[in-house]
Amino acid sequence: MHDKSIRQLAASLRAGEFSSVELTRWFLDRIREFDGRLNSFITVTEEQALEQAAAADARIAAGDATPMTGIPIAHKDIFCTDGIRTSCGSRMLDNFVAPYDATVVARFRQAGAVLLGKTNMDEFAMGSSNETSWYGPVRNPWDPERVPGGSSGGSAAAVAARLCPAATGTDTGGSIRQPAALCGLTGLKPTYGRVSRYGMIAFASSLDQGGALTRSAEDAAHMLQVMAGFDPRDSTSGQEPVDDYPAALEGDIGGLRIGLPKEYFDDGLDPAVAASVRDAVAEYERLGATVREIELPNSHLAVPTYYVVAPAECSSNLARFDGVRFGHRCDDPRDLEDLYKRSRAEGFGAEVKRRILIGTYALSAGYYDAYYLKAQQIRHLISDDFRRAFEQVDVIMGPTAPSVAFGLGEKADDPVTMYLSDIYTIAVNLAGLPGISIPVAPVNGLPVGLQIIGDYHQEARLLNVAHRLQQATDWHLATPAGY
Amino acid sequence: MTLKRTEVEKIAHLARLQVTADELDAVAGDLTNILDLVAQMESVDTEGVTPMAHPLHMAQRLREDEVTESDQRERFQAIAPATENGLYLVPKVID
Repeated sequence: MHDKSIRQLAASLRAGEFSSVELTRWFLDRIREFDGRLNSFITVTEEQALEQAAAADARIAAGDATPMTGIPIAHKDIFCTDGIRTSCGSRMLDNFVAPYDATVVARFRQAGAVLLGKTNMDEFAMGSSNETSWYGPVRNPWDPERVPGGSSGGSAAAVAARLCPAATGTDTGGSIRQPAALCGLTGLKPTYGRVSRYGMIAFASSLDQGGALTRSAEDAAHMLQVMAGFDPRDSTSGQEPVDDYPAALEGDIGGLRIGLPKEYFDDGLDPAVAASVRDAVAEYERLGATVREIELPNSHLAVPTYYVVAPAECSSNLARFDGVRFGHRCDDPRDLEDLYKRSRAEGFGAEVKRRILIGTYALSAGYYDAYYLKAQQIRHLISDDFRRAFEQVDVIMGPTAPSVAFGLGEKADDPVTMYLSDIYTIAVNLAGLPGISIPVAPVNGLPVGLQIIGDYHQEARLLNVAHRLQQATDWHLATPAGY
Repeated sequence: MTLKRTEVEKIAHLARLQVTADELDAVAGDLTNILDLVAQMESVDTEGVTPMAHPLHMAQRLREDEVTESDQRERFQAIAPATENGLYLVPKVID
């Protein structure tokens, strides 16, 4: 049951081959069996899941099912879930039971999906290895001594180990695409504003975007169909009409113009990863696409720019965690200032503190122009690079990450080296574009991701392009041994 | 550039984040490394470039000024560390 696609599961549920309750039990059993070693879930919601599954079975019997009705999924623990702990991977929110549902959560509930639980993540989504979680690191199902990537590392590990058919994630600088690449999954980060941010705990508001981690582009299309759409509760929600993503999967890609940015095949890229990516691009040529080299000349500025914009926005967003209205409060505060300072010092981990401090510095009097304003200007230059590229090509392809999954602890003590894990993904967030990572030929038995970047609101095309490769190859079907 | 201990203390105070004397050197070192990474921006000529505040250059959406949310104070205060009579409790601010 755990190797079936969402479409196959939905068909089996409708045909009565098994019920949603049976399917949900199957995945709950797998979580019990395997998650002790992976640590991909922070909270498993067994009781609610079985109730939702029973309701889904009734809905299917009544002929009122959507394609997601009765399908078990997991949410990254950054999405608020009414009545269920929403920790964001932080001690600060270890005691936080959300009093409302995020729009994404509500939409899956309405569609009849079954929530298995909340997945582990880097604290407040700040990390590229899932090692900053207060709940401990997540292990990569392909090699337990390696990281799954981050920040949506729990979602990635859970889907890769077949503990759930699909999971949600969020991507501020690569947090869906990079773990998807490191765990051999399809990871879709939509256009900024395509998926509502309401109830998605904010890290950097002008960059954050929800999306999905799945085993195929087809599954991602079904997930996005539920998630995408205008939400009046999100002030930056996109109002463009939502495409029919599953229907767009089969479109012909003959004549597709692919651009390969020369800056993405630089010295920092592992040559074996580069070879896998080029093999996948060659497969696209066999499918009728044309390939040309393009330039994104400001690519090298993406990481420095991001590490001003994201910390600046994080320092503002995380000001709300003050020990007063919800979350962690220190014992016996001397006065109000002590309450704020100690609650925050105890509640936040080292990486979150670093980013709050950098952001506070960049926004402080006398430094605003040199840092935040300058970064927003360079952001414009980076965005213009993409605009010019999309005058020449339909999609941009390159590596998702510079290497395969690295070892646990390998980069944990060196923040700047860790930041460079996202060197090929960050520019996409700065520009607000959609991107997808799909598995290509592995290197030494470890997954490699091909990143495909599209123009604004081109999610249907990205899914179509990804799906056609997955029809022609079987890289995406590889399963880690033992799962 | 290198951040001094006193600068870290000032930033930490602005952020209302306790950083102990033992932690100051390590934090100053980490922040300095990040600022060195960020310093690559300095070489870029951005004269006349409009800052990009929003990826899609979207204008703020307006809505009718009408009540859309109901009062859920009890629900929201149920998860607060300390409340009394519908108020959030903090240490005494004014003597």
